[in-house]
Amino acid sequence: MSEMKKIKNLKEFSTSADRFEGANLLCPGCAHSIIVREVLNATNDDMVLSASTGCLEVCTAVYPYTSWDASWIHIGFENGSTAVAGAESMYKALKNKGRLKQPERNPKFVSFAGDGASYDIGFQWISGCMERGHNIMHVVLDNEVYANTGGQRSSSTPIGSSATTSPAGRVSYGEKKNKKDMVAIMAAHGIPYSAQVAPNKWKDMVKKIQHGFSVDGPVFINAVSPCTTEWKFDPKDTMHLTDLSTDTLVFPLYEIIDGHELNITYRPKNVIPVEEYLAAQGRFKHLFKDEYKYLIKEWQERVDANWAYLQRREEARV
Amino acid sequence: MAFDKMELRDIEVWDGNFAAAQAMRQCQIDVVAAYPITPSTPIVEGYAKFLADGYVEGEFVMVESEHAAMSGCIGAAAAGGRVATATSSQGFALMVETLYQASGMRLPIVLNVVNRALAAPLNVNGDHSDMYLGRDSGWIQFDAYCPQDAYDLNFIAFKVSEDHDVRLPCMVHQDGFLTSHTAQGVHTLTDDQGYGFVGEFKPMNDMLDFEHPVTHGVQTEEDWHFEHKARQHNDLMTKVMPKIQAAFDDFEKLSGRKYNIVEKYDMDDADVCVVCMGTSVETAREVATEMRAQGIKAGVVGIRVIRPFPFFEIREALKDIKAIAALDRSSPGGTVGMLFNEIAGSLYNSDSKALLSGYVYGLGGRDLTKANLVALFKELQANVDAGKVTTPLQQFIGVRGPKLAYL
Repeated sequence: MSEMKKIKNLKEFSTSADRFEGANLLCPGCAHSIIVREVLNATNDDMVLSASTGCLEVCTAVYPYTSWDASWIHIGFENGSTAVAGAESMYKALKNKGRLKQPERNPKFVSFAGDGASYDIGFQWISGCMERGHNIMHVVLDNEVYANTGGQRSSSTPIGSSATTSPAGRVSYGEKKNKKDMVAIMAAHGIPYSAQVAPNKWKDMVKKIQHGFSVDGPVFINAVSPCTTEWKFDPKDTMHLTDLSTDTLVFPLYEIIDGHELNITYRPKNVIPVEEYLAAQGRFKHLFKDEYKYLIKEWQERVDANWAYLQRREEARV
Repeated sequence: MAFDKMELRDIEVWDGNFAAAQAMRQCQIDVVAAYPITPSTPIVEGYAKFLADGYVEGEFVMVESEHAAMSGCIGAAAAGGRVATATSSQGFALMVETLYQASGMRLPIVLNVVNRALAAPLNVNGDHSDMYLGRDSGWIQFDAYCPQDAYDLNFIAFKVSEDHDVRLPCMVHQDGFLTSHTAQGVHTLTDDQGYGFVGEFKPMNDMLDFEHPVTHGVQTEEDWHFEHKARQHNDLMTKVMPKIQAAFDDFEKLSGRKYNIVEKYDMDDADVCVVCMGTSVETAREVATEMRAQGIKAGVVGIRVIRPFPFFEIREALKDIKAIAALDRSSPGGTVGMLFNEIAGSLYNSDSKALLSGYVYGLGGRDLTKANLVALFKELQANVDAGKVTTPLQQFIGVRGPKLAYL
């Protein structure tokens, strides 16, 4: 059995030996690197990692350099989950055959992918991995847009957001469709653990990642990753945006055990109006025109309804 | 976990699919990630049954698509172990993206391709469209003509692919239904002989070696991409053929069965010959023998290794031939057939004065009859007699309606 890493405080956590190096090409203020470090620092065990094509991948493994001091693979846009599932299958095979070079190790298999690579193009591959019960964790770095290619909408892009393929314009308020509820879809596979996390709530995140590593079977994690470039906010405000996302309940933090038992893991003491979250980002700027203000009201109603739903699910214990 | 060995008779009656499944079992593959598709499905089913009966000790992952099958194979191969799968046609087409990724990442994987036509129109029968689709993917491609070849070439494929000087994935092709579903006598290796030939898998750059973390599948742009691709091509052009020849030699010592990079039949004194692949090779050999009784000195060249293409061996095999027919079982889509092109490329700038003509045949499983080949050999002889190609350079044979001919 692997030993659970004990973390006392943020300083100790942030100074853990880095297996994801700061030498990378991600934008200043990008939340991806914060999330990745939080996931990797949650364990001392060895790791087999993948990244699907996207910001994380193109910014961390540009030949002849690598930011990864752990086994890492990238194949394509859609198949990062399956890459890690293949490696996990090989681990099982070699373990059974007694051919592991370091049989005493307890490696963790984690795939990182953006929302485009998870909600859209990689959806089938992730579903397959979840259904087959691989001992892997899939982490979505959810910035709600195809950021690597310049800000096209994905099925994670929320209503009213201006993306380059759903731009706000003279007669349009931008994206018309609501965000896909990926955590629920993944939980519906009956997997042992799925959760939503945010990098500002690092203790909550580490607890969930560690729980994910402790269960037998596939784990799905959706991490909100504010994107300074596409959400259009100052790079120094990443954590502020993350705080707004969790404390407005736009990104509520919760977990679903065994596909059904839902627990809310963070209840803001002071719930902030959604309007403040929207106002902090250039991608929603046009919503503050008079003709679109009704959308801000609808946003608040939607977030309230979702929060009420999550609470009912939690109370019902089903 | 343990597994049982299987007692085989010296000669078993197997179709090409089961022969390939048996070879996979004997090679003791660590991970098979697969998805079923006609006509290769029985390979995957056969392997699954071996697993269910305790004859296999690896992981068998039934994924949700062929793209995922090859993706899983890539992840497993990068982790460090023996990996194989099988597919056909549309499944092969769906895999194409990952085929390039597998070879570019220099991962040894064996892919059994049971050749089948590509839609549209949808068709489950054998032609070489899928095989041709893979020809620029940087894989090594072997071609089996019968179930025996499908069995033997799997062992050779693992041996070559996993060689540390090669580290390139390898396809073993066989004709859909004609080979895959036609039972014939297959001379077997014992389990110990088969596994002994391929040997224990020796990992390289394996992700499961945690003392040596490795980054697979990096980004390169205009600064390094060309060098990576050029090195891969260089290894295909310079390192692979000697390894294949060595594997053929070792296999002959083990089994008594001799494979050649190009398979020559009655070529020593031939005036005319056809160059073809798959089951057509056996048909052409039979007809060539019959043509000799009619006074036409006919020979046959079968391509055994499609990639890397055997330019020098083809040039040597065809150097004294007066008229050559290149038979392509794939619609060339607006140009000459692949074999026509490769043979022309092999002979150009050589001393050969051969007359070369191309034939497209057998699409979607249409039979290539002996009568087709008799007529073809007669056309070649007519070319020899006239001292020029008397037909259009490209003809379709066996297709209904008015004769189709181009160029």
